[in-house]
Amino acid sequence: MEYVNIIVKAVGPENMALAFFLGMCSFLAVSKKVDTAMGLGLAVVFVLTIVTPINSILFNYLLKPGAMAWASPELAEVDLSFLGFIVYIATIAAVVQIVEMAIDRYSPTLYGALGVFLPLIAVNCAILGSSLFMVQREYDVGESLAYGFGSGVGFWLAMIALAAIREKLKYSNVPPGLRGLGITFITTGLMAMGFMIFGGIKL
Amino acid sequence: MRFLEEQFHKVAPLFGKGGKFEKLYPFYEAGDTFLLSPGERTKSGPHVRDSLDLKRTMITVVLALLPCTLFALFNTGYQEIRATTDPTLGPLDVNFARALYLGLLSFLPVYIVTVAVGGLLEALFAVVRKHEINEGFLVTSLLFPLTLPPDIPLWQVALGIAFGVVIGKEVFGGTGMNILNPALTGRIFLYFAYPAQISGDLVWIGDSANWVDGFSGATPLATFYSAQGDLTQMAYSWSDAFWGFVPGSMGETSAAACVLGAFILLFTKIGSWRIMAGCVLGGLGMTLLFNAVGEGYHDVPFHWHLVVGSFAFGTVFMATDPVSASQTDTGRWIYGFGIGALTILVRVINPAYPAGIMLAIIFMNVFAPLIDYYVVRANIRRREVRLGLQ
Repeated sequence: MEYVNIIVKAVGPENMALAFFLGMCSFLAVSKKVDTAMGLGLAVVFVLTIVTPINSILFNYLLKPGAMAWASPELAEVDLSFLGFIVYIATIAAVVQIVEMAIDRYSPTLYGALGVFLPLIAVNCAILGSSLFMVQREYDVGESLAYGFGSGVGFWLAMIALAAIREKLKYSNVPPGLRGLGITFITTGLMAMGFMIFGGIKL
Repeated sequence: MRFLEEQFHKVAPLFGKGGKFEKLYPFYEAGDTFLLSPGERTKSGPHVRDSLDLKRTMITVVLALLPCTLFALFNTGYQEIRATTDPTLGPLDVNFARALYLGLLSFLPVYIVTVAVGGLLEALFAVVRKHEINEGFLVTSLLFPLTLPPDIPLWQVALGIAFGVVIGKEVFGGTGMNILNPALTGRIFLYFAYPAQISGDLVWIGDSANWVDGFSGATPLATFYSAQGDLTQMAYSWSDAFWGFVPGSMGETSAAACVLGAFILLFTKIGSWRIMAGCVLGGLGMTLLFNAVGEGYHDVPFHWHLVVGSFAFGTVFMATDPVSASQTDTGRWIYGFGIGALTILVRVINPAYPAGIMLAIIFMNVFAPLIDYYVVRANIRRREVRLGLQ
């Protein structure tokens, strides 16, 4: 139940894209077509689900103040949390590299469609954001797994919904000054209102 | 009529190309097409067009809303009389004319502000962006006040409808191009921006300063939550809630009036029966699920869920908005089912909001294009398989 709560919270009221506005670059740039949005969204779910628990393990057993006590008592004083950013980014970059190779191998079309945005997942703030939130909220490994998966799903849902809306908006008569990114930002804000529906759900 | 027609033809050149009031053409066009059938010919194909155009569609929705509106007038007044004199008064005990009068006093200012502010913005956009002033606004401007509590400050009404019309509709290009229901967009904006005036027990009946001592003013939905589904503690009976003699947003209380409206919409085929049926089925499914697993609030039977809160109003008038709903038949089932299920879900397990239907509808509005996309894709695939292309 605890895990379900974390997932629901990460999908709805604390949605990476719609509540924290993290990962906006790929959220806005790759959401022009549903198919590519679907591909990138699933890649984000995959990367987040793997990266967040890995970073959680690293944080809890290596970086946290006193985390190294398990190795030897002399290390109990060591505080490596200043290395956090570098370690998280390194993990993310490594996992993204693996995902990229896998997509290239199994779906060259998707690989071509995602283009430069696939390697850019490595610097997608939503991914780093989820690792940092995980640290801030003191989740353990299991909770981080749920949290990473939940925020990935939230990002993916928001992204494919936005992509479908943008395909429909092609037929709208948007004022010239708002065409393109302007109306996309407004749409994103309106979508965020819809996602508030999950705010407060407790199981 | 002949006189009116001649007058219109006389002033027509003033509004035409090069005329004195060319900029104000949308006003002329709106008046002309609203009162008369214009004799314009189609300029390009298709030349044979359905007589059921946007204007007729929207006017039918307004007609379907009339029972709710009339009932809103009476009930708003009735609740106010009841709360300020004797909470046990039945609907037949109060002076009918006085109830209507008090209802008008509450409803009319809200409606006038809505029409004035929203209409002005709509007209402004029509003039600047050279599109027609649309009957769609008549529906929006009637739906919006019906979803508001009686004593809401009028500046909030103005702000809400302005947000709904401009951000919800006009920035997308006007009627038919928006993605969310404009009336609901305004309502939700108010709900999140000014929760004090649009939630709680004190706002749903007018004149709360003069209530008799000890009168709580809680809506049936709020009572459900506080009593954790204990039906014996309900202050209102099921038939009260069905006919609508309960406090709530002005127009949403009566399931009976909504059913009447639903008949009009379904008989004229303006509203989609698939969406309405989907909503009810979704709600039913979710309720049965909760009934099976839990107790307390989980155990509230479905016939109660149908009549309290705005489930009926939302299902009939909000979910069936043809612009923001799904456009495909299969999609409509999914869309409706999602609304019904999410509404009950939010009602029962989300303590943050007493009623979920407005958020459920907006949430499904967001996903409607996606549902359509996959329904269309599935259809293409099915036909490709049939033709042996795959």
